[in-house]
Amino acid sequence: MTGNGPVIELRGVGTRFGDRVVHRNLDLRIEAGQIVGLLGGSGSGKTTLLREILGLQRPDQGSVHLFGADLNDPDMQLQRHLRQRLGMLFQHGALFSALSVFDNIAFPLRELHAMDEDWIRRLVHLKLAMVGLDATHGPMMPAELSGGMVKRVALARALALEPELLLLDEPTAGLDPDRSQNFVELVGNLQRELGLTVVMVTHDLNTLAGLATHVAVLAEQRIAAFGTRDEIMTVDHPFVTGFFGADRRKLL
Amino acid sequence: MSETPRLYVEPGIVRLSGGWTLAEMLPNLASLQSALASAPDGDSQWDLSSVTRLDSAAAVLLWRAWGGTWPERLAVSDLHRQIIERVAALPREVAAPVMRRQHLPEIVGVEVLKALRNLRGMITLFGQLLLDCGFLLRHPREVPWREFSANVYKAGAQALPVTALVGFLIGVTISYLSALQLKTFGADLFIVNILGISIIRELGPVLVAVLVAGRSGSAMTAQIGVMRVTEEIDALSTMGISRSLRIVFPKIFGLTVAMPLLVLWTSAIALLGGMLAALLQLDLSLAYFIDNLPRAVPVANLVIGLGKGFVFGFVIAVVACYFGLHVKPNTESLAANTTSAVVTAITTVILIDAIFAILTRQIGVP
Repeated sequence: MTGNGPVIELRGVGTRFGDRVVHRNLDLRIEAGQIVGLLGGSGSGKTTLLREILGLQRPDQGSVHLFGADLNDPDMQLQRHLRQRLGMLFQHGALFSALSVFDNIAFPLRELHAMDEDWIRRLVHLKLAMVGLDATHGPMMPAELSGGMVKRVALARALALEPELLLLDEPTAGLDPDRSQNFVELVGNLQRELGLTVVMVTHDLNTLAGLATHVAVLAEQRIAAFGTRDEIMTVDHPFVTGFFGADRRKLL
Repeated sequence: MSETPRLYVEPGIVRLSGGWTLAEMLPNLASLQSALASAPDGDSQWDLSSVTRLDSAAAVLLWRAWGGTWPERLAVSDLHRQIIERVAALPREVAAPVMRRQHLPEIVGVEVLKALRNLRGMITLFGQLLLDCGFLLRHPREVPWREFSANVYKAGAQALPVTALVGFLIGVTISYLSALQLKTFGADLFIVNILGISIIRELGPVLVAVLVAGRSGSAMTAQIGVMRVTEEIDALSTMGISRSLRIVFPKIFGLTVAMPLLVLWTSAIALLGGMLAALLQLDLSLAYFIDNLPRAVPVANLVIGLGKGFVFGFVIAVVACYFGLHVKPNTESLAANTTSAVVTAITTVILIDAIFAILTRQIGVP
C-alpha cells in the first residue's frame, strides 16, 4: 500500500476567512520518513494548515493529497481508510471526556470491529506503557488528569491505530523540560521503529532540534522556506532569523 | 503487493513475510489469526527476517501465538525484536477491569441520597440568594441591573412568540372541544366560565412554566455548566466578582419577574383563541364574551394565576442554576445535569401547582 510517492502533497492551496487571506498558493510536499517541523508566527495559519491536511477543513483553492489520494474524493470507504492511516495529537488533547483513559485509547481499536477484547486490552496497556503511564491510570477520567498526562494519553490514542502519519499540534507545550525531552525521544524512537512520517507544529526550539529532520517555515501566506534543518538555519528570511535569533547555534 | 503479511508453515519452521501492521492485516485478519493459532509453537523455529514492518498490534498477536514466551529459535531483526520485547515486558495476564454489580436497594438508596443532596443544595442556594439580597440592600450600587435586564429580555421578551403560538392553539382546542359538549346540553353560554377559569387560573401558568423550563431553564443550566467547564466562573471569582451575585442572582430574579408577564400574555392570547373558536362554533359574539368574562371569572383567579407564574419562575431558575453550578467538567455530566434541570423543574412546578390548587380551593370560585 505504501507507494513511493509523497505522503502529503499540497498544491496551490488557498484559504481565506472572510476578507482575511490565510494561505495563498501554498505548496508543500512531505516524503515518507521525514519529521517536519512547521514553524510560523502566531496566527500565520499553522493550525489551519494541519486541519486541511486532516481533512477537517476544505481549502478554498487547490488540492490536498494524502498517500496519493485526494482528500476530496467522495468515496467514503477510501476516506475512512485514509483516516486510519493517520494519527493526530490535538493541542489540548481532545480526549472524550465521557470515557475513561482506557476507553479513550481503546475507542479507535474497537471501531475497527475486528479485534478481540484481550488483544485490545494488551494493546492499550502497551500504548500506555509507551507514553510512560501504567495500568492504574486506565480507569481515570480525563477530568482527573493533569495537563501533561492528558497530552500523553492523547498521544497514546493517536498511536492506537499504528498510523503511518502522525500530526502533532504543539506536542510539548505545557510539559516540563524533562517530560518534553522524554516525549521527543519517544516520538524519535517510534519514528525509527515504524518509519513514521511526522508533521508537527511547535514553538519549542528543543523539540525542533531534537526531533525534526526537516523544517517548513510558514510566512507571508505560503511556505517561505522548506528544507533540512541545517539548510533552514542558513536561510536569510526575516522570520527565520527572528525566530531562531541567538539560539541558532543551539540547533546546529 | 509485497507488503501483504504472509505466513508460511513448513516442517519445523514458521516463516513470516511482508508488512505486519494493523492496516495491512485488517483485510484478512481472520485467516491470519487462525493460521497463527494453528502454527506449531514452542520447539519450532520462527523466521521473521523477511518481515518489512512490524507494529505493536502485530507484536501482541505474535506474542499471544507464542503463548507468552520467546520461541527457542527465532530469527528477527534487532528493530523488530525491540518491539516484541516491549510487548514481552507487559504483565503476562492483563486483568480485565472489574465491573461492580449494583443491587436494587443500592440503586434506590443512591437515588434517594442524591435527591436529598440536591434538595439541600437548593436550600443552600436559596440561603445564598437571601444573603445576596441583604448585601444588595446595603450596597445598592452593586445591583447587577444590566445582567438582570438581559435575562428579562432573553427569558421573557424572546419567549413571547412561542408562548403566544402554543397558547393560541391550546385556547382554540379547549374551546372547540368544550363547545361540542356544551351544545348538546344547550349550555353554550358557559363556555365563558370554562375558558376563563381553566386558562387564567390553571392552563396559562402551567403551560408557560413547562415551555420556559424547556426553553430558558435548560439554557441557564447549559450556560452555567459550560462556564464551569471552561473555568470562566473561576476567572470571575479571581477578579473578586461573586458568581452568585453576577450569574445566579440576575438569572433567578430575571425569570421571576418575566414569568408573571409571560403568563399574562399567554393567558390573553389563549383566551383570544378560545373566543375565536367560540365565535365560529357557537356563534358567540366577541363583545358578549368580553362583557361576561369579569362576571364569570372573579379577579382573584387572575391574581392566583400571576402568583403561580411568579413562584414557578423562581423555582425553575433556582433548579436550573443549581444543576448548572454542579456540572462536572465533562460532556456527560453537562448532558445529565441539563436533563435533570428540566425534568426536576417541570416536576416541581406541577407539584407546587397541586399545592396551590388545594390551598386556594375556596378562593375565586363564583
